Amino acid sequence: MLKTNIFAVLTLAFLGATSVMAANNPVLLNGAGATFPYPLYSKWFSEYAKANPSARINYQSIGSGGGIRQLLENTVDFGASDAPMTDEQLGKSKTPVLHIPTVLGAVAVTYNLPDLKQKIRLNSEVLAAIFLGKITKWSDPALAKLNPGVNFPKELPIVVAHRSDGSGTSAIFTDYLSKVSPEWREKVGAGTAVSWPTGLGGKGNEGVTGVIKQTPGSIGYVELIYAESNKLPVAQLQNKSKKFIEPSMKSVTSAASGSLASLPADFRVSITDAAGAESYPISGFTYLLVYQTMPADKGTTLVKFLKWAIADGQKMAEPLFYAPLPKAMIGKVAKKINEIKTH
Amino acid sequence: MELPQTLSMSAVSSTLGIFERKKKRDVHLGDRIFFWVLRLLAIGVMLLLLGITLNLLRVSFPIFSKFGLSYFVTNTWNPVTEKFGAGAFIYGTVVSSLIALVISVPISIGVSVFLTELAPRRLAEAVGFLVEMLAAIPSVVYGLWGIFVLAPWLRTTLQPALASTFGFLPLFQGPPYGIGMLTAGIILAIMISPTISAICREVFKAISLQQREAALALGATRWETISLAVLKSSASGIFGAVILGLGRALGETMAVTMVIGNRADISASLFAPGQTMASVIANEYAEATSDMHLAALSAVGLALFLVSFLINSSARFLVWRATRKSKGARA
Repeated sequence: MLKTNIFAVLTLAFLGATSVMAANNPVLLNGAGATFPYPLYSKWFSEYAKANPSARINYQSIGSGGGIRQLLENTVDFGASDAPMTDEQLGKSKTPVLHIPTVLGAVAVTYNLPDLKQKIRLNSEVLAAIFLGKITKWSDPALAKLNPGVNFPKELPIVVAHRSDGSGTSAIFTDYLSKVSPEWREKVGAGTAVSWPTGLGGKGNEGVTGVIKQTPGSIGYVELIYAESNKLPVAQLQNKSKKFIEPSMKSVTSAASGSLASLPADFRVSITDAAGAESYPISGFTYLLVYQTMPADKGTTLVKFLKWAIADGQKMAEPLFYAPLPKAMIGKVAKKINEIKTH
Repeated sequence: MELPQTLSMSAVSSTLGIFERKKKRDVHLGDRIFFWVLRLLAIGVMLLLLGITLNLLRVSFPIFSKFGLSYFVTNTWNPVTEKFGAGAFIYGTVVSSLIALVISVPISIGVSVFLTELAPRRLAEAVGFLVEMLAAIPSVVYGLWGIFVLAPWLRTTLQPALASTFGFLPLFQGPPYGIGMLTAGIILAIMISPTISAICREVFKAISLQQREAALALGATRWETISLAVLKSSASGIFGAVILGLGRALGETMAVTMVIGNRADISASLFAPGQTMASVIANEYAEATSDMHLAALSAVGLALFLVSFLINSSARFLVWRATRKSKGARA
């Protein structure tokens, strides 16, 4: 048993060594950060390495917070985060950090109302009131007003489910609620982990989904990707143009387009509650965080990869349920990538 | 596990060495190197422990300089406003572990008595094996089972029954979510039962047959024999087993996180969601970016570390006392 193991390890090491030699000492880039875009990134890195044997990119999905920490400690070549870095964090970095948006993610509001066939509609006030614990029954008149013709179960209490682990999903969701509800902003605020006024916490998307599936009358939020691939019922949300929009890759890309006019130069922007008739209100960019100055070999490899990611890479996003960047934004991001200097 | 074995092997080989060459006492250079390598490794483990403690203290220092020791008793946990207090987590850890003990201790002791005293040998072996198999199930599997099987059952069956029978107690009031402190306690009870029953079995086995025979000879019934000769004389051993089970319950993370509801709140009702020290660290560490938040989580880690350390060392002490007593009784 032990012998076979040793043999296997040796063979692997040998194979690894030969493939490294065949690739003519590839440039190795190490990254760490957000878990949300990990399925897409891992596909990107493997596909890119296939097409460009001279580059190898390792990525550890340890969470956005961890990615930012490692970037600030100079232990990785690039980081990744769902939320942009704060000014305070940027101030801690020895070299300036650039935010390169890669794709978009959205947060879907999902619920468990067993006897309901049609999708429910929510607006920002009602959503905030539910998560503040002020609307506690599905028979509440505010819900009935938004959903004419929907027979909500009487006397069924609303059970709020939220993420218990710190996550970019919570950050986008609470950012939206803070934007649309002054009371939420004052009492709770926005962040990857907040002090929730009510409800049950589930660990990860699967934890929240578990709570919702097992509890009639529950409502919670999960990543759009997760809701789509698990066919969860999702609520339509009223956007800035007073239209009720279902979350989809199209409506998310539309939200990014709607925010283009107000896009700051460093891309550090929240696009929740975005303008545009077709825009879904709870979405956000996910970023790769890169140093502005890098060593020559690593820098050129990373720049090449980033340019590939915003061109060919975007086509891989949709099959994996990520919303690609709007076309009008690609040029701006390419310009930002060109700001990376090598020495 | 490996170290003592290799040590005793080195002892054997060095005695052999003495027999072969009688002139020098510690002859082989290899043996001496081996001894020093092992000694360094052993010291390394202790240094590691010390390093962890010091590092936890260092990282969590900002918390104690800002909130002082009141950090351990307040229960606000707000990463946005950076107000931290670990009271609710300490409470959650202690209460969920206590529920686990209340459920698991009688069952585990019962199982071990049955297996060592009453069951036919074959059955005892089979059941003992199955009980110990429970310890091999990964905790995430317990967690999933908790969410998808146990919680719905609690919500629809057990919790309404408890509420209608014992609803006058504040322990069983409030809406039955199925997820919460009680669920976490039950999952923990299942997880720590194999630990407690395995140690109890060893403790019971250590009691000499003569003691049981003496009780029988005095005309004791089977129950009296068990209670007098077995249970009473192994009380401190049982206590050690319980403490070790408690240690496991205090540190359990994944399964608890999945079913406890993760709410930093102290509530009298066992139906209400709560949160434990281990689960808040697992939940928030990866995405904590501000220094204060990290310090607060490290301070939770320090608290958990201290509690586990205290409990483990007291368990060691009790087991040591129990074995010394039983050896003394035999001699």
